[in-house]
Amino acid sequence: MEPTELSMLELGKKLGSGELSSVEAVRACLSRVDRFDGQVKAFLMVDREGALAQAEAADRRRKDGRRAGPLDGVPVGLKDLFLTEGLPTTAGSAILEGFVAPYDGTVVKLLRAAGTPIVGKLNMDEFAMGSSTENSAFFPTRNPWNLETSPGGSSGGSAAAVAARMVFGALGTDTGGSIRQPAALSGIVGLKPTYGRVSRFGVVAFASSLDQVGPMTRDVPDCAALLQTIAVHDPCDSTSAPMKAPDYLAELEGGVRGMKLGLPREYFELPGMDPEVRASVEAATRALEKLGAELVPVSLPHTKYALATYYLVAPAEASSNLARYDGVRYGLRAEGAGNLLAMYGRTRDQGFGLEVKRRVMLGTYALSAGYYDAYYLKAQKVRTLIKQDFTDAFRTVDAVLAPTSPTPAFRIGEKVSDPLAMYLNDVFTLPCNLAGLPGLSVPCGFTKASLPIGLQVLGRPWDEARVLRIGRTFEREHDFHRRTPPLRAA
Amino acid sequence: MSLTLEEVRHVAGLARLSLSSEEEALMRTQLSAILDAVAELSAVDTSAVEPTSHAAGEVAPWRADEVRPSFPPEKALGNAPATVGTSFAVPRIIE
Repeated sequence: MEPTELSMLELGKKLGSGELSSVEAVRACLSRVDRFDGQVKAFLMVDREGALAQAEAADRRRKDGRRAGPLDGVPVGLKDLFLTEGLPTTAGSAILEGFVAPYDGTVVKLLRAAGTPIVGKLNMDEFAMGSSTENSAFFPTRNPWNLETSPGGSSGGSAAAVAARMVFGALGTDTGGSIRQPAALSGIVGLKPTYGRVSRFGVVAFASSLDQVGPMTRDVPDCAALLQTIAVHDPCDSTSAPMKAPDYLAELEGGVRGMKLGLPREYFELPGMDPEVRASVEAATRALEKLGAELVPVSLPHTKYALATYYLVAPAEASSNLARYDGVRYGLRAEGAGNLLAMYGRTRDQGFGLEVKRRVMLGTYALSAGYYDAYYLKAQKVRTLIKQDFTDAFRTVDAVLAPTSPTPAFRIGEKVSDPLAMYLNDVFTLPCNLAGLPGLSVPCGFTKASLPIGLQVLGRPWDEARVLRIGRTFEREHDFHRRTPPLRAA
Repeated sequence: MSLTLEEVRHVAGLARLSLSSEEEALMRTQLSAILDAVAELSAVDTSAVEPTSHAAGEVAPWRADEVRPSFPPEKALGNAPATVGTSFAVPRIIE
């Protein structure tokens, strides 16, 4: 068996006992990168020397009896919007090509303290705007389960690298589904924690009232362990919650007996949902019922307005956040502009891709004089109603079950020219961001064409432990998460 | 609703984007379609609803105003496209 078939926690145990070394684990990852990433194209940058040096340090710590924790020496990857001192960070954009961060973001510091070698930086839709990784300024990433299809997005490189066993786990970010949707389409586990659970300091910003960092892993215990590593209060992020995270592994195996799990009518009645996705997710809910949960129909009546609300709130915030890319302090500067305004305009026209321009334009419009009340303020009020729907539902149920994405992986090129069709990918994931809730996607089946399907578990704010426990209870009785994509070295 | 080309140019100016004429035409079509799709929000009665600007709803925390080390200028300027001494250099704005 290749070491890369192990989970993060299994590898961590073998590193602790000395049965395997971290250098061997990093070499196994690099060997798979060499064999398969020419096809998958998950990595924007592979840091061979850095990862091996970090692995050697981890192996020395073990020999000296100073292991940093259960993940010390376990290789991971990072979506390319986490600032890493001395390594490039592009956020998938030409405007940041060549940018080398002068400091590590908080979660990167936490990973380094936990001892996880960083194998490289992973592809993404430009500034995390997209659902297929096709909006990367560099190249699209391909789904390891079928190279003609997309791994989803925007954290598609992270999902594909974990699914293809090129890293043991990865971090992504989720603004409207960018961890959960690619996790579902790539057959892995992905968690968007509660808004405020994980620091965003040193993470390239997209929409600041929605962005959240989270783990992408092969199984739920790894997801819990990686969350444990990064769920730490950070005074450098004013939205980081000043609370101590619970022990996420402690009650993971406790089962779902006695839990009330809500099935929101609005999610299961969506026209256009793929019938195989519906059948698989419904079967997963019945499996949880057999395992002792009570299924309760619930209604989230404002669900149908979430898409419109999101596509006003997120672009408005993005247009403000992306104002910083002006060719002055870092990144691209257009040559030959005679004055400052022309330099700004040309730099941004040359440096931003089409989807980013579309959202900056939409957001600027929604915030502009005369339209603010009708668009942005209206969307913020509907957001209150969407949040209230969940508050009401959580009075009667402990968590909500839903599909993660209405379809399995779609073909590269199929949706990229139609923004509204692409936006529909996020219809089941973005209410969770608008409400600030924790949301998990776990593999729950495959289509006849062998494409993965994800079950989504949404919980109360700060209730990641229960969300993970529900996902684990399902996972333990099934083997979907253990299947390996059929990659062949070219 | 249909945006005019003038509206597209006005918004592009606010966003500091020098769009090509092809991009202006594309934005006009696509933004009009997106604005049509989001117009469904006007059907929701929000007359008695407060806006949510932040999911957490917490107040901004305070911290002590303590002097802490910051980047040395050469590190802060390390990614700048152009510098003069310890400053960022930009095209001349005053003749």
